[in-house]
Amino acid sequence: MSAHLPSGRAVRTDRTALALRGLRKMFGDVAAVAGVDLDVQEGEFITLLGPSGSGKTTTLRMIAGFTEQSAGSIEIDGVDVSTVPPHKRDVGMVFQNYALFPHMTSAENIEFPLQMRKVPKAEAKQKVADALKLVKLDSYGPRYPRQMSGGQQQRIALARAVVFQPRLLLMDEPLGALDKKLREALQLEIMHISRQLGATVIYVTHDQEEALVMSDRIAIFHDGKIEQLGSGEDLYERPISLFVADFIGESNILHGKFAGGSVVAELGTWRVGDAAAARASLGADSPAALVVRPERLRLIPRTGDVPAGVNTVDATVTDVLYLGSTRKYELRLANGQGVGVRQQLGGPETTWNPADEVRLAWDVDAGVLVAGRGA
Amino acid sequence: MSAPVAVKEGAGRVMRGPLISRWGALAVPLLLFLTFAFLVPMFLIVVRSVTDPVNIGMGNYVTFFTTEANMRVLGNTFYIATVCTVACLAIGYPYAYLMSIVPQRVAGIMLVFVLVPFWSSLLVRTFAWEVILRDTGLINTLLLNLKVISEPLPLIRNTFSVILGMSQILLPFMVLPLYSVMQKIDPELTRAAANLGAPPFSAFRRVFVPLSFPGITAGCLLVFVLALGFYITPTILGSARETMISRFIADQVQVRVNWGLASAMAVVLMVLTFVVLAVASRFVKLRDVYGALGEG
Repeated sequence: MSAHLPSGRAVRTDRTALALRGLRKMFGDVAAVAGVDLDVQEGEFITLLGPSGSGKTTTLRMIAGFTEQSAGSIEIDGVDVSTVPPHKRDVGMVFQNYALFPHMTSAENIEFPLQMRKVPKAEAKQKVADALKLVKLDSYGPRYPRQMSGGQQQRIALARAVVFQPRLLLMDEPLGALDKKLREALQLEIMHISRQLGATVIYVTHDQEEALVMSDRIAIFHDGKIEQLGSGEDLYERPISLFVADFIGESNILHGKFAGGSVVAELGTWRVGDAAAARASLGADSPAALVVRPERLRLIPRTGDVPAGVNTVDATVTDVLYLGSTRKYELRLANGQGVGVRQQLGGPETTWNPADEVRLAWDVDAGVLVAGRGA
Repeated sequence: MSAPVAVKEGAGRVMRGPLISRWGALAVPLLLFLTFAFLVPMFLIVVRSVTDPVNIGMGNYVTFFTTEANMRVLGNTFYIATVCTVACLAIGYPYAYLMSIVPQRVAGIMLVFVLVPFWSSLLVRTFAWEVILRDTGLINTLLLNLKVISEPLPLIRNTFSVILGMSQILLPFMVLPLYSVMQKIDPELTRAAANLGAPPFSAFRRVFVPLSFPGITAGCLLVFVLALGFYITPTILGSARETMISRFIADQVQVRVNWGLASAMAVVLMVLTFVVLAVASRFVKLRDVYGALGEG
């Protein structure tokens, strides 16, 4: 790594690079962002993930200074920048539509922030060359944006956003306009580059796979608030709400009432693990939902004993899908609800066929308890 | 290897032939009109400029280019057109910029203000200027009554009044192409410039202005070329010193009945206009000019 780019910064110090405190944005009577609190450590890669309209992009734009917050504060490196105009915030941003200046070459685009900072010409030239090398487009300096593919343009945009060593790197769905294959390649590249630079990244996306691949932590946005903040594993294994359970990955959700350490429904009574019950801390008889991931479910015959520590529910196989490394079963419960089961292939297995009447089984500890609808 | 190629070409021609002739028929009325209303008279003018009143020769052109008064009128025409263009740009650019950043609804209202002149007669508007500017007009009467001045200001029958009147009439031709280009400039680009450290004016100068350049050239070209041919406004608001070439051509026809020289002058004006367009087309695609106007 060249000395001209920020290579010396330690990754993951305990210093807070960004702090959002009670951040709100009202558009008329509607709260686009309804009170967001977030601390981001230096060198951390945080993704704001959520469906469109959940407030994640508005939050990012408030950090960049494009949108003024209605309440709350934004601190960068411990300094409140709430009233600082965008050109003095010193944060780099990569836009979804690249936002490269069409009348400037790649090199001129990358040099722009250096000119604004009055970096001496020779030094600026060297930094531009280093930035082009960083994104593996060494020879593309003299090209205009229209002469490059979407992926190349986005890499130039990335080079432009990091060349002036901003305190934060903001990315607003930067891969949204690219096709799947390119997206996956660029995900890894953005990850590597941000680690190489030790950059603190706030990344906005609605693509959960992208979030899982790239992030140290993910903030799930829902209705203008952070619903849950944690690692990908936290969110997948221990969702704290029906929304998160439903949003991240595939889930089977069994609705009922919470009573005596179990979820009680018409179809059966299912025990809940002590840890899961403690996390959810639901009151007696309150609406509850039991979340079980497809790979945690097993199919067993209806006849025969049920092992201890296992919950079951009867189901009928409707479809069997062979997916290479896994086999997926689609089933239907007695109440008509669909359920998916994913079976890893390669081990000992029993194959079932459509219309087979089976029993779905899962370990008590594999179920996650969350508040149900109307709770 | 030539056989399959030939087959392919043949097939293409079969497909294309009737298609073009069918759709091509739509252009026939316009082409006929242009031929008889424009190309034929144009041709007759060119012929007349070298045949009237004597036998074939360049006499009319020699007369035109060797008479000092004629050259002064020609220079005057270009001078007035240039000043009008600069004035329209200076007034129109900030207005179009404002239109491009306000909400769509407000921009619509602002557009109406620009277009109002189009809805009233050019003659009426020019006489309105006379009512405002003349010695016993609105401004002078007001200033005299307020005792700000003791005798009327020379507001009319001079270059100032001609440029004022023409600029007002030509302003829409500047604002429309400017606005049309500006509204297509991605606002994210100025935001990106700010994000990269550009203060508002730098972002405007380094990013917005260069991207609005097609609108600037389009507007300037339209205003300039239209101004070259102005007749009524300089005649009513100007004096003999502000005579522009169109007026001069009309004089040759109506007063001196010198069709030959008038034709030669018309040809000179036309050629010079083409030269301006040709030079401009090196810097801007002419299609953008008319495209911009059409979309505005």
